[in-house]
Amino acid sequence: MEAIAGVAGNTHDVSRSQFRGRAKKPSERVIEVLLVLSGLISVFTTAGILYTLAAETFAFFEHVSILEFVTSTEWTPLFADKHFGILPLVAGTVLTSGIAIAVALPFGLMAAIYLSEFAPSWARRALKPTLELLAGVPTIVYGYFALVFVTPLLQKVMPSLSGFNALSAGLVMGIMIIPMISSLSEDALASVSNSLREAAYGLGSTKLSAIFRVVVPAATSGVAASVILAASRAIGETMIVAIAAGQQPRFTLDPRVPIETMTTYIVQISMGDVPTGTVEYRTIFAVGSTLFLMTFVMNVFSQRLARKFRER
Amino acid sequence: MGRSIRRADNGRAKLYERIFVAMCIGAVLLPAITLLGLLLSLLSDGLPRLSWDFFTSFPSRKAELAGILPSAVGTLYLMALTAVIALPLGVGAAIYLEEYGRKRKLATIIEINIANLAGVPSVIYGLLGLGLFVRTLGMGRSLIAGACTLALLVLPVVVVASREALRTVPMGTREACLALGATRWQTIRQVVLPQSLPGVLTGCILAVSRAMGETAPLVLVGALSYVTFLPDGLDAPFSALPIQIFNWVSRPQPAFLVNAAAAIVVLLGMMLVLNAIAVVVRDRMQMKLGRPA
Amino acid sequence: MYMSSASTHGSIGQPPKYSVKGLRALFGSHEVLHGVDIDIPAKGVTAVIGPSGCGKSTFVRCLNRMHELVVAARAEGTVALDGEDIYAHDVDPVLLRRRVGMVFQKPNPFPTMSIRNNVLAGKYLTHTHRRAEADAIVESALRKAALWDEVKDRLNAQGSGLSGGQQQRLCIARAIAVEPDVLLMDEPCSALDPIATARIEDLIHELKDQYTMVIVTHNMQQAARVSDQTAFFLQGDLVEAGPTNTIFTKPKDSRTEDYITGKFG
Repeated sequence: MEAIAGVAGNTHDVSRSQFRGRAKKPSERVIEVLLVLSGLISVFTTAGILYTLAAETFAFFEHVSILEFVTSTEWTPLFADKHFGILPLVAGTVLTSGIAIAVALPFGLMAAIYLSEFAPSWARRALKPTLELLAGVPTIVYGYFALVFVTPLLQKVMPSLSGFNALSAGLVMGIMIIPMISSLSEDALASVSNSLREAAYGLGSTKLSAIFRVVVPAATSGVAASVILAASRAIGETMIVAIAAGQQPRFTLDPRVPIETMTTYIVQISMGDVPTGTVEYRTIFAVGSTLFLMTFVMNVFSQRLARKFRER
Repeated sequence: MGRSIRRADNGRAKLYERIFVAMCIGAVLLPAITLLGLLLSLLSDGLPRLSWDFFTSFPSRKAELAGILPSAVGTLYLMALTAVIALPLGVGAAIYLEEYGRKRKLATIIEINIANLAGVPSVIYGLLGLGLFVRTLGMGRSLIAGACTLALLVLPVVVVASREALRTVPMGTREACLALGATRWQTIRQVVLPQSLPGVLTGCILAVSRAMGETAPLVLVGALSYVTFLPDGLDAPFSALPIQIFNWVSRPQPAFLVNAAAAIVVLLGMMLVLNAIAVVVRDRMQMKLGRPA
Repeated sequence: MYMSSASTHGSIGQPPKYSVKGLRALFGSHEVLHGVDIDIPAKGVTAVIGPSGCGKSTFVRCLNRMHELVVAARAEGTVALDGEDIYAHDVDPVLLRRRVGMVFQKPNPFPTMSIRNNVLAGKYLTHTHRRAEADAIVESALRKAALWDEVKDRLNAQGSGLSGGQQQRLCIARAIAVEPDVLLMDEPCSALDPIATARIEDLIHELKDQYTMVIVTHNMQQAARVSDQTAFFLQGDLVEAGPTNTIFTKPKDSRTEDYITGKFG
């Protein structure tokens, strides 16, 4: 209360116009403008991203045909014989992300079902932060993990596995995104009305039957939203694939060979000495635009699904 | 009539349930165990490598002579700068959204933007930094370009955490101040902000902790991995721990992998310390404000 | 307590469907039912009445062991269904609930299933679904629930698209489709408008020859209309139980009389 009294004590010279509409003191107006500008930084950021990507991408497409970009299966912008087909990079991205989701979906969903339907509250309190911890580990550490442990381990089982491959990177990315799926799916499952569970039990259903045949179907759009969001995260992931998946653009879905993802390519080029303003330099923005478009569409789709789930 | 209700006649269902629960617990524990295994082997490989020389040496072509001095120092400078940029902007945006812009369309637009920006891959922020800060604004491949890029990247984290902190202050407090004749800004600056400070600071520390581990944006903005000097100004070239780690991991010689493990241990240690500070700060401030932790 | 009269009514000479002795129900250490003794006759309708919080819902949920699904909830005592104690340690509550069906206060059809699949849900959930019989089961259950004519042309529509009263009849059809012996209804009409309520009361009247029904209601007039026996609960005790006529015209306990005449409630 002292703080409040202190505030009041400073205001004995305030004019009565305070009480009408917005602040009238000039200093108050200035403050408000500054705060609005702070808020607008996010809008400027979005505008900056869109402009930067678009400007360089348009310049890129003045030299490269969109058709080749979208349909060619060779990506060799740095070779003498240049091809600008993005499909190999997209394939590499889709392959690693697909493996990641294939791992994270079952694990994440099972974790969510356990936390929502079985775990006693003390277990839930202990396990949720543990899973969140996974999401806080820097991705470069995961990349190290994929290269130094997962690949050699898998090579013992699969001798044909090369040192850089999509499988190790995909598996490790999958572990990284498990918390996204488990946390959001758990929220979705927990929000399914208990009256549905009661109805199922009242009919003589076992717990597993009730879970798989009533509760999970009722939470489908919420779970789907979490999976799409996690997939978007995997598609945008850079360091794990840059370290462990290789730098060889290849139009394949073979998880045992080196490939290159969109994100790895962007990093690879910027570490080299490609001069600004060249077509080769602009490729990273063209690839970046593709990446941005893919993740943006997925994020929007996920948000729509989540909203549809909340409003049911 | 008379259908059996004896347990023995439905034994298999219980068995399936037990198996499923065991699988679920495995699903929950597997990533945790993986992480634990990873940490243990990092420590066993990296800890022995940590030495005074490691901390105070520059990178070198010989793994045994290489150290993390410029990258560790670079990370510290970078984090300080990122915090200085991101904190006022993020808290300002949060104050606007929570205290001024409640029903306004502009606030909705800002909120939508922040939500979308949180889902943009970090490498795209790197492209923004490259195109806007490094080139268009002419900052070059400098410390300030890196800090600006990272600040934009973690801004949503600061905004969200600050908004949560502002929300913990009850509406009644604000109303009491306004009723006493205070202006909106006076209320915020002298009462609401101080009360929400623990949450705001925690959010800032979390944001810096997140920025500390980011690699891709720094690569794009031109952080170097072979520097023989420490940054001497905002416009100086710089290195950072994640960049150094990335460089060492990309080398085939096993000795460099050991260096990478050691550097990762240092990075994780720094993040741990930062998060611990966040917890301590939050608890002590909440106690000072008379609220239970 | 006046309860012996409950055991001799209902179908003459038939043993009671439920024989409850010393039933106590608890949430943690908080006891909400203090030793209930009652017999529920086979076939016919038994109404369970009493003011809010008297334990009537809890009582009925003990009859199909739904009470213990709440964390830290448990029940003690004997509840014999056709002579078998359902609380014996070798009884599987899941199997019990396939013989004792339940309809809830707020209609809860499964939102992701069509009307047809809602009716078949019991079979589907208990893995006793047979495709050959499915259509016959659906029609029979919906006819018994007086819903067939209204939905026969849109069996594949979503179950949630029906009105409140129709949804409740769908839930009744769903419960009937598993062919239970007993139907428990926990305030089945309290979320419905008077017209829908009347239709459900008619339905109860049609079904009472085939099932043993126990209906919780806070509406005394409803109890008087539909039931053959009535049990009056107050603060966790069974105060009085007997033929509905007797309870409502010549109650033996003064508390019953006070409740019936509206002195509290």
